[in-house]
Amino acid sequence: MSKKQHYKITVNGKEEEFLAEPRELLIHTLRERLKITGPHIGCETSHCGACTVTVNGKSVKSCTVFVAQADGTEITTIEGIGSPDALHPLQEAFKEHHGLQCGFCTPGMIIRASKLLEEIPNPSEEEIRFGMAGNICRCTGYQNIVKSIQAAAAEMNSAKEAAE
Amino acid sequence: MIPAAFEYYRPKDMTGVLSLLGEHGDNARVIAGGHSLIPMMKLRMADVPHLIDLQGVGGLDDIELSANSIRIGAMVTQHDIIDHNGLASAAPILREAALQIADPQVRYMGTVGGNVANGDPGNDMPGLMQCLDATFTVVGLDGERDIPARQFYEAAYMTAREDEEVLTSITMPIPAGGYAYEKQKRKIGDYATAAAAVLLTKEGNTCKSASIAMTNLSDIPVYSEEAGAALVGSSLDDTAIKAAVTAVLGDIDPSEDNRGPVAFKKHLAGVILRRAIERAWSRA
Repeated sequence: MSKKQHYKITVNGKEEEFLAEPRELLIHTLRERLKITGPHIGCETSHCGACTVTVNGKSVKSCTVFVAQADGTEITTIEGIGSPDALHPLQEAFKEHHGLQCGFCTPGMIIRASKLLEEIPNPSEEEIRFGMAGNICRCTGYQNIVKSIQAAAAEMNSAKEAAE
Repeated sequence: MIPAAFEYYRPKDMTGVLSLLGEHGDNARVIAGGHSLIPMMKLRMADVPHLIDLQGVGGLDDIELSANSIRIGAMVTQHDIIDHNGLASAAPILREAALQIADPQVRYMGTVGGNVANGDPGNDMPGLMQCLDATFTVVGLDGERDIPARQFYEAAYMTAREDEEVLTSITMPIPAGGYAYEKQKRKIGDYATAAAAVLLTKEGNTCKSASIAMTNLSDIPVYSEEAGAALVGSSLDDTAIKAAVTAVLGDIDPSEDNRGPVAFKKHLAGVILRRAIERAWSRA
């Protein structure tokens, strides 16, 4: 066993410092060490996208990152974009448009969609399907996920226009 | 899915990387995006006692365009390739291919250097770089050397790069004419069942030059000089395309796996190559 190392990561704006082995996977750090259980473990083989978080502005599957690689990074999880009292427009839209059934893939879907909408604020259906292709859902058939993201984009764009 | 324990290093410069590689030999591996290496480590199919992260080494993530050539740093990601408008206008085939690799999350992490250096026959960039006649620059303790992409691949996961060398950049001439990267895969994120990279130039209605390389149809990418030659001088009529397909079928050596039996892969290679040639011609 290699020795534990000192790591510092910022998760949802909060600095976290801890000792861990370099081989610890970021998803395990988040869920088991920091008790941030929004990101889920689906396949644990970088296929399903349930563990998606934003690391330094990139959508990343946290099952395929060692904690050592993430040292010094800033991470956003589903917990960081909204709260039960003040849902993020994507959360609101997924609720409104039935963008989930069992909900297991949803944290990954929403955090990925939040990055997608940063890059393409008004995406076409094709851009949404292509941009969300790293996230698998076994329940919805994706149709309502697409609808939810479109609705959130419209809401966020009109809020932005109103602010300007 | 926990890999075996390893020592982790994040050197600040290439000198630090090379001295660690010199010290630990084939017990050490460099890691870029890690989206090929980490899955192999988790499966314990790759044993890496000393893992050297390149993220702290500066100067590896630049895209440089000059009048007639392109230089891409090894740590440039697939996402960077897609996102770079100058690159997309100078060599649109790079964006076309990168968009067909893996999925968005993997493209944020996966690097061009890792894709070409890993030597996985399933990777798309090696065949593409052979088609583009790219050159890979590697650095070792004895300095830098350049290796043509067309001479880089020896067998699956075996390349002309020595264990103690690091691939630092890829240089290629700015491609002229029509292009296509055509890939058949079972689903998003999958490796190619068959893929073809094609560059064509035309003069009037005659094909003036042609470069063709195939992906995942042998244990290395297959640059088929004969297939290109079959098109040059023709008007890309059916006879010429059939001759190119025949030449490629002579050069590939697919093996049966869960993507299909050999006969299917050969059939598909022909279909994909024809599509790529026709699309490249329509853009030439």
